[in-house]
Amino acid sequence: MAALRQTHYLSARLRPLTTIPLHRLFSSDTKTLTIETSVPYKSHIVDPPSRTVETTPSELMTFFREMAIMRRMEIAADSLYKAKLIRGFCHLYDGQEAVAVGMEAAITKKDNIITAYRDHCIFLARGGTLLESFAELMGRKDGCSRGKGGSMHFYKKDSGFYGGHGIVGAQVPLGVGLAFAQKYNKEDTVTFALYGDGAANQGQLFEALNMAALWDLPAILVCENNHYGMGTAEWRAAKSPAYYKRGDYVPGLKVDGMDVFAVKQACRFAKEYAVKNGPIILEMDTYRYHGHSMSDPGSTYRTRDEISGVRQERDPIERVRKLLLSHDIADEKELKDIEKEVRKEVDEAIAKAKESPMPDPSELFTNIYVKGCGAESFGADRKELRTVLP
Amino acid sequence: MAASIQSLAAASSLSAANSIDSKRVHASIPGRKASFLVVRSDLRGSNGSNLKGHRVGNLVTNAVASPEAPASASKSGHEVLLFEALREGLDEEMQRDPRVCVMGEDVGHYGGSYKVTKGLANKYGDLRVLDTPIAENSFTGMGIGAAMTGLRPVIEGMNMGFLLLAFNQISNNCGMLHYTSGGQFTIPVVIRGPGGVGRQLGAEHSQRLESYFQSIPGIQMVACSTPYNAKGLMKAAIRSENPVILFEHVLLYNLKERIPDEEYVLSLEEAEMVRPGEHVTILTYSRMRYHVMQAAKTLVNKGYDPEVIDIRSLKPFDLYTIGKSVKKTHRVLIVEECMRTGGIGASLTAAINENFHDYLDAPIVCLSSQDVPTPYAGTLEEWTVVQPAQIVTAVEQLCR
Repeated sequence: MAALRQTHYLSARLRPLTTIPLHRLFSSDTKTLTIETSVPYKSHIVDPPSRTVETTPSELMTFFREMAIMRRMEIAADSLYKAKLIRGFCHLYDGQEAVAVGMEAAITKKDNIITAYRDHCIFLARGGTLLESFAELMGRKDGCSRGKGGSMHFYKKDSGFYGGHGIVGAQVPLGVGLAFAQKYNKEDTVTFALYGDGAANQGQLFEALNMAALWDLPAILVCENNHYGMGTAEWRAAKSPAYYKRGDYVPGLKVDGMDVFAVKQACRFAKEYAVKNGPIILEMDTYRYHGHSMSDPGSTYRTRDEISGVRQERDPIERVRKLLLSHDIADEKELKDIEKEVRKEVDEAIAKAKESPMPDPSELFTNIYVKGCGAESFGADRKELRTVLP
Repeated sequence: MAASIQSLAAASSLSAANSIDSKRVHASIPGRKASFLVVRSDLRGSNGSNLKGHRVGNLVTNAVASPEAPASASKSGHEVLLFEALREGLDEEMQRDPRVCVMGEDVGHYGGSYKVTKGLANKYGDLRVLDTPIAENSFTGMGIGAAMTGLRPVIEGMNMGFLLLAFNQISNNCGMLHYTSGGQFTIPVVIRGPGGVGRQLGAEHSQRLESYFQSIPGIQMVACSTPYNAKGLMKAAIRSENPVILFEHVLLYNLKERIPDEEYVLSLEEAEMVRPGEHVTILTYSRMRYHVMQAAKTLVNKGYDPEVIDIRSLKPFDLYTIGKSVKKTHRVLIVEECMRTGGIGASLTAAINENFHDYLDAPIVCLSSQDVPTPYAGTLEEWTVVQPAQIVTAVEQLCR
């Protein structure tokens, strides 16, 4: 059995430091708290942002709740998959929630996010509902893509979520295209193009980065480094695992992706940078508890100790919970109640999604072409060509 | 002479700036929103109504080549080469809609390797006529990403063969995003470039990609062959909400033709009747049209009357026009530049057999290029593509 190399993430420790005296914690809800991120940022060609993040109790509670919903959704999807209600590929995001929540907290709905197939939680963060998620996973009509996309094709155009892509790395040139459109239309917004450590070795990434840097496009490339490209550990796939440095002439920042405040600060910093100067790379050091997808047990290439170690020491929800408790913003019971409520919400969404019908057979042929100037009519009788289903 | 009215465009609100000088068509339609009318070869309007009755009353119908055109109309118009016609179409569309942009290698400052985009960068700026690095996969992806937000990029492949590098983006993202997003995104891109066998360009630069792309669901493919249809198809492709791949041919860029001054848009799914006839239907597209017309001269001298149709729309096929012709002549010859295996001709043969089997008096004959990489030597290269002599022989055998 190959020895697992010691990787740095096991040594990151939880270390919330606060400077607020105790008596001030009992005042109003909009009090700002100052929190230090778990580890300082590592940067490449740029001055990193400060380690100190300001937040409010209500923001902490929102983070807790949102991450709890995401966690619960992914675990529920796991059971649904095992019950064969979800088929095909299902890539789960639990463990990485801090990236989705932190990123969303730093940007607006006018900014764009595009990601690969591990997209359920980012869809939720961008404003998708649990019902749309579960219905799409089960292939029902009420899904966000009307049941025709599936797990890997969640999209939400009105809030700038561009999916949802199955081919590794292909979403990064698309993301640069979104940034191009933002620059073309002179909007002061940015695009976050997410990809994994496996995709970081794709050539099209470097091509896209070159173009983004050439034209100063507001593209932020975010590498969600969960250290495994399916079954291949990063040290076996990449000669240089410093993904944030791979931009060479493009600045980069390495962020602890399990710390929602570090992510939020980094994304805010990146947005300010990209709008003025062009592309920047963020490497989110994160971890996924599940395997690559539901067909992968996730334990053949890593030990259970490693997984449970990360869960104990770096879990994003636990970190926020400890902060909430130590700052006396909420007590154990309140947090347990929130989790119970979240569980109920998820169960209700699943029940409702199960009631949603499968798409109509005629939907097989809709949305292939858009009516309009093109595709007016075709077929031997000049009407639209339809195949009759047996 | 073409026996059908192709199409007319109604006034565009930006008509003042483009090359239209005729006052007959536009000034008479005040306050009309930019819209256009696509006229079918059977004179139905795009909304199915009869051309004579409806709002077309304001439109001047003698503006474009039509059978009733008075003799004076044939002197109007201007002569262009095919690449200039493409440029005119592109220029007009860029002027009309600020969302239209061009991206490709050497399209900006250099003016395009076949001069299709010459002068456009000076007019519209470097961002709208974007010189990309040599990275087909990612700049095609970039164009598609931009299209998802509403821009209308025209992506140029310097040679169609290079677009093989972008196959993933074209197949998965371009073709399928409208479907997999449940209709949320449209991808109004135009992917264009020259392909086909040129003059000893070598195997890798003489590829015919229409056969590789034809199975991709969600895209439309058209092939232009004359300056008139090049400009019309370019404009239609840009205005279409669907991704359209426009196949040009390396050897056809210097064809000269007189095209109308007025604005016109052609239908993307229609075939063109090049020469009506009685004995045999010859279906062709792109450069082979000229080989067919050359063979047609010989055939006419020998007493045959071939009907030549330029199918133009490679996906979907215009089975209506083809069907009408088959029902008249009962014999079909397909002449194409694609490879024999899995080419456009193979699909067309299958489609015609499926739909019009009862009307055929003889099996469909398909003349295609040989299934070989295109050799460099001139004589060998000549024999990889279909020559007029082969077409004449095939028609003689078919009509025996």
